[in-house]
Amino acid sequence: MISRTSSQIRLLLAGLVTSLGLTLPPIIQSQEKPPPNVQPAPTTVPGRPDIPNAEIAKTLRGVTSPPLPTPAEKLQIGQLKMAKGFKLEVYASGIANARSLRIGDKGTVFVSNRQLDKVYAITERNGKRETKVIASGLDRPNGLAFHSGTLYIGEGTKISKLEKIEDSLDNPGKPTVIYSELPNQQSHGWRYIAIGPDNKLYINVGAPCNICEPPETNAQIRRINLDGSGAEVFARGVRNSVGFDWHPITKDFYFTDNGRDWLSEDLPEDELNRVTKVGQHFGFPYCHQGNFTDRDVGWGRSCNEFTPPVALMGPHSAALGMRFYTGNMFPREYRNAIFVARHGSWNRTQKIGGDVIVAKLNVDGTVKSVEPFITGFLHNNEYWGRPVDVHVMKDGSMLISDDYAGAVYRVTYNPQVASR
Amino acid sequence: MLAALTALSASIAGAATLDEGLAPCLACHGEKGQSQIAEVPSLGAQPVFFLSVQLLMFRDKMRPIEPMSGMMKDWSDDDLRRAAEAFAKLSPPNAALEPPDATRAEGARALIEQHRCNFCHKQDFSGEQNAPRLAGQREDYLLKALRDYKNNNRRAYDAAMADVMHPLTDANLQDLSHYLSRLR
Repeated sequence: MISRTSSQIRLLLAGLVTSLGLTLPPIIQSQEKPPPNVQPAPTTVPGRPDIPNAEIAKTLRGVTSPPLPTPAEKLQIGQLKMAKGFKLEVYASGIANARSLRIGDKGTVFVSNRQLDKVYAITERNGKRETKVIASGLDRPNGLAFHSGTLYIGEGTKISKLEKIEDSLDNPGKPTVIYSELPNQQSHGWRYIAIGPDNKLYINVGAPCNICEPPETNAQIRRINLDGSGAEVFARGVRNSVGFDWHPITKDFYFTDNGRDWLSEDLPEDELNRVTKVGQHFGFPYCHQGNFTDRDVGWGRSCNEFTPPVALMGPHSAALGMRFYTGNMFPREYRNAIFVARHGSWNRTQKIGGDVIVAKLNVDGTVKSVEPFITGFLHNNEYWGRPVDVHVMKDGSMLISDDYAGAVYRVTYNPQVASR
Repeated sequence: MLAALTALSASIAGAATLDEGLAPCLACHGEKGQSQIAEVPSLGAQPVFFLSVQLLMFRDKMRPIEPMSGMMKDWSDDDLRRAAEAFAKLSPPNAALEPPDATRAEGARALIEQHRCNFCHKQDFSGEQNAPRLAGQREDYLLKALRDYKNNNRRAYDAAMADVMHPLTDANLQDLSHYLSRLR
């Protein structure tokens, strides 16, 4: 029996490896004691031992909005593509982390923050546009709603209001809290809110995780009266909705919902849902996109138990703000269609989204088609901007907020240009 | 020391030099980028993006922690940027001399792989963009930060940490802090 020391074996190996033109990893000196500063072993992508983490990890990292806005002259709106006759211009720049949009009765445009602490008002006086901070020091004030002169603000753990806000923009005072029975959570802990035709205020209370059995208080859309009373669960099985609106004719409630991460590049897709009965369950965490059960918590469940989506919005695409188009400026085909801002993916090597899409509906409220409307916030797999919310103005033009570049854009339509 | 803190509150722009303006910061966080004070983080070689975000959150009271918020209340955006750049240029902190406990290191490495910590914080945990450097950070600070994220006591600029923290136990957080603080 021939016995060799490990260094002899290594020398033999080295000769072999050199002849093959390969390099050998350095010798680990001692097997008993780890060296003083141990680095984790280079890991690989699950199921793909050929792909080192370091390479692919870069493309799967969270995309974080910069805390300071992009200067107006550096907004790359020239990259945006849309159909002939439509035009996009910068409506307001320098609004760091511009999120939800609401328009007051007197035309004030309100803009919220998610990662920062402010609510802004954009006004026009004598043809001059002005942006001012009307509230600050707030806790993730993502949610905004406007009703009968009052602005409602949805913060992490409370809903508050500023009455007669358009008459007191220079001195709005502190918001008054109307409801504070919301769980304190950092994960999906910002609120999207809206007021319905029933004069109730609807609040998204997202799952406190990527995927988990959510507590009873979470993964739901809740509604309250405008004085904060009468809270009830309106929809369940909602992972995290950052956009909802009511059909202008049927008054049905539609909402976007963001699918879980780290399952696959292509699954699940984000959803567009319709509530036809109070208390419906939309599947999270057991069933995704209406047709497959979850790898971790879906065992023993069936998608038949839940209300399926009316349309799929793309994997990881982050379908956020949505509004029915009720204006008269855009062509007739867009009337009562749903515009959806897709913030854009992070948990996908080839990013998708970073656009505004439009879902056109059939008479029965089902979805006829989903088409791109404005594309190009994503360029060479990187974002220069990320759309968050859309809002129809009185003249039928449309505002789009962008929390990455810190801006609000306005889209108009000119039939003469379209027919040229 | 209190006098020094008060002096800074005016503005770092008001100080004769940037070094002078930042001296009170480094009195606690460590002149060479390595903190010697319990639960005070080392700032050396942290990514500029991460530092800017944290400074802004202190100034604008999204993380209302004294003396940070008070000291920075009059800082301009430019002050934030200059301070972040200066801290980022300090040397990375030295890891603890003794190696990590083998069992805890193994546990931490498994958690890192499972929860993909190195996707954002990088393979060597030197950090990038909004993901801070963790290698060589003070163990007590790492544990405090992780617990604060886990218990929703620390407001994050984005929710990535809260998502990751959800399934982790306190023992997990202890192993991670033990291991990462000993990583160079």
